[in-house]
Amino acid sequence: MQHTLSVTVEDKPGVLARVSAMFSNRGFNIHSLAVGPTNVEGRSRITLVVDAPELEQLKKQLHKLVNVIKVQELEPSETLEAEVMLVRVSCDPHSRGEVADTAALFATRMIDLSPKSMTFEISGTPEHLASFLEHVRPYGIIELVKSGRVALKKQSDVSTSLIGGGTR
Amino acid sequence: MKKQTFTGSNSLLRSLEHEGVEMIFGIPGGAILPAYDPLLDSPIRHILARHEQGAGHMAEGYAMATGRVGVAMTTSGPGATNLITPLQNAKMDSTPLVAITGQVGTAAIGSDAFQEAYTTGLAMHCTKHSYLVTDAGELPNVIHEAFHLASTGRPGPVLVDIPKDVLNQPTHWSEPSLAGLPGYKPTREGHPKQIKAAIDLIESAERPVLYVGGGVINAGASTELAEFAVAVNAPVVTTLMARGAFPDDHPLALGMSGMHGTYPATTAIQKADVLVSLGARFDDRVTGKVDAFAPHAKVIHVDVDPAEIGKVRQAEVPIVGDARLILRALLDRVLSLRDAADAPRRQEWFDQLDSWRKSHPLSYDQDPDGPIKTQHFIERLHALTNGEAVVTAGVGQHQMWASQFWRFSRPRSWINSGGLGTMGFAVPAAIGAKAARPDDLVYALDGDGCFQMTFQELITAATEGIPVKVAVFNNGGYGMVKQWQSLFYQGRISATSLGTTIPDYPNLAEAMGCVGLRVTHADQIDVTIEKSLSVNDRPVVVEVVTDPDEMCFPMIPAGGSNDDIAMGPEDL
Repeated sequence: MQHTLSVTVEDKPGVLARVSAMFSNRGFNIHSLAVGPTNVEGRSRITLVVDAPELEQLKKQLHKLVNVIKVQELEPSETLEAEVMLVRVSCDPHSRGEVADTAALFATRMIDLSPKSMTFEISGTPEHLASFLEHVRPYGIIELVKSGRVALKKQSDVSTSLIGGGTR
Repeated sequence: MKKQTFTGSNSLLRSLEHEGVEMIFGIPGGAILPAYDPLLDSPIRHILARHEQGAGHMAEGYAMATGRVGVAMTTSGPGATNLITPLQNAKMDSTPLVAITGQVGTAAIGSDAFQEAYTTGLAMHCTKHSYLVTDAGELPNVIHEAFHLASTGRPGPVLVDIPKDVLNQPTHWSEPSLAGLPGYKPTREGHPKQIKAAIDLIESAERPVLYVGGGVINAGASTELAEFAVAVNAPVVTTLMARGAFPDDHPLALGMSGMHGTYPATTAIQKADVLVSLGARFDDRVTGKVDAFAPHAKVIHVDVDPAEIGKVRQAEVPIVGDARLILRALLDRVLSLRDAADAPRRQEWFDQLDSWRKSHPLSYDQDPDGPIKTQHFIERLHALTNGEAVVTAGVGQHQMWASQFWRFSRPRSWINSGGLGTMGFAVPAAIGAKAARPDDLVYALDGDGCFQMTFQELITAATEGIPVKVAVFNNGGYGMVKQWQSLFYQGRISATSLGTTIPDYPNLAEAMGCVGLRVTHADQIDVTIEKSLSVNDRPVVVEVVTDPDEMCFPMIPAGGSNDDIAMGPEDL
């Protein structure tokens, strides 16, 4: 089962290595990982999507790392999530218009154009990205790269739990 | 004369003095050289080991004998890699240690320079935390944090790696703070609701057992443990690391449980309805097959490390905190409900335990004319020293026999390698313990296989004036491994024989500046022990030629259920 963890750490050399080393040492698997600064100086946030049957032991082991300040599990229904993806879609001058129309529906940005392909940048929820891929797959996907997932806990009261939202 | 510049090295020494360090175990070398100069002018004693692994184990012995932080200092590269075993050993046994390693100059880091190793990377999995100091100005805080981390919460090893140019950098020293540890806040007090729940469970138990681990010794909680055990009238089982946490001659003592534990201790846990784990971690040597461990017991798990709770066995009542404070709180709670004398009597349970004590005692046969049994020597040593020695051990049969047959009466009198099972631990650990407690008798109980891994540290002991005593039980091989080959590999003895004649132990001892003795017959044991005790100006090595075929029982085969205790080979 996939879980999203938001881990606030001290922004010091080697912290990411300690976190990832702990995962391999304890036999946990990281599905995706994104690291970046926060609004607080000296603090970074590591957003991890992990495959694990249960999180208790994992969270405790993260807490044992001296540079880890806070560990938060993000429930899908209470979480804002986003990923960035660059996709190179095969197309020739005949099919280019159709591909561009589809891409426009997904609010992508076209960032490279060649006689044989168009490359799009798209960001959004994992579902949004997956849906776009489904629509352009028939044209042929030449290359694809995706960032790790970043996530924040919602502060509004809007919950998608009633309509079955979530990524699990 | 030109005024000496105050450098990173001066700051390091000043910081160590500020932490109250009285001795460092180490070996110098290129990268750590600058730190060895101000050491000459420092009140801190330096004990020059002969191998960095020895220095590390000495620092562990020092820490385990005193409860204070042990300090080891080595150079970069091989100096640091040779420390890895002691670091992991200290991590597994929660021993407070600070290791200081030199590193190549900052500009050379990552260039595969001479004697370069990625020390903080290597140490990542075998320390509680590690530092690479990149500016001498950080040293006061880093050293202060390192000692704080090593000695608080769940104790453990902390490594501080210092590049040579940082040691030479002009700097100044200022009063350190812990402001740099925003994420480190170990819990000390147990949650009051959990304390109440635990007492409710213990009071209503018919067959309670206190399962005591090394955390009780680390927390200095032996007095509280003894009071609590009596107040709730529950028998006490100690793990290998907790030998000495509870006196073996106490009527509530059942001894050690697990793979080579006593029948009453191991079986009491199997039959318990409430198991109170105090600073223990459900190690596989204790639990055997986890699914079959303590199958009827509700578990109260007290540990300072939250990650231990629920790691192996789910706890009905988890309590995170310091064992001494929690035992005190548990005791206060019991005594707020009733008088100490009104504890449940649990006559049936204690009758049952007594019958197991009688039916399944620890035993061995010492034929007066036959080869010496290690167990017999240990019992004689205990008798002739009134049990007042600090005992260290290596790993294997002799270690198990020491834990079984030495009657422990006080904490910090048993120093061994439990979690990692590091052969060769006994001699250097004894040196560290004796250096820390010069007025106490320190006797290393060692196997011949273990002794051959680290005996060169006796040169350290002889030259530094640290008169430890070492009994080398020479059964001509790796006894425990040979025992497994005998029992589980159809007696095919592979690479476990060392021979009994080479080396000549007494001569080897004499060559290292020690007194060398040898005993081969049971009737000479007492006189040999007395002779070893009469020498106090030098280390003494006693070669005890023992029965090569003796096996260690009781025994539960690895992965077996603790219900299936073999009292001898016929039970396997």
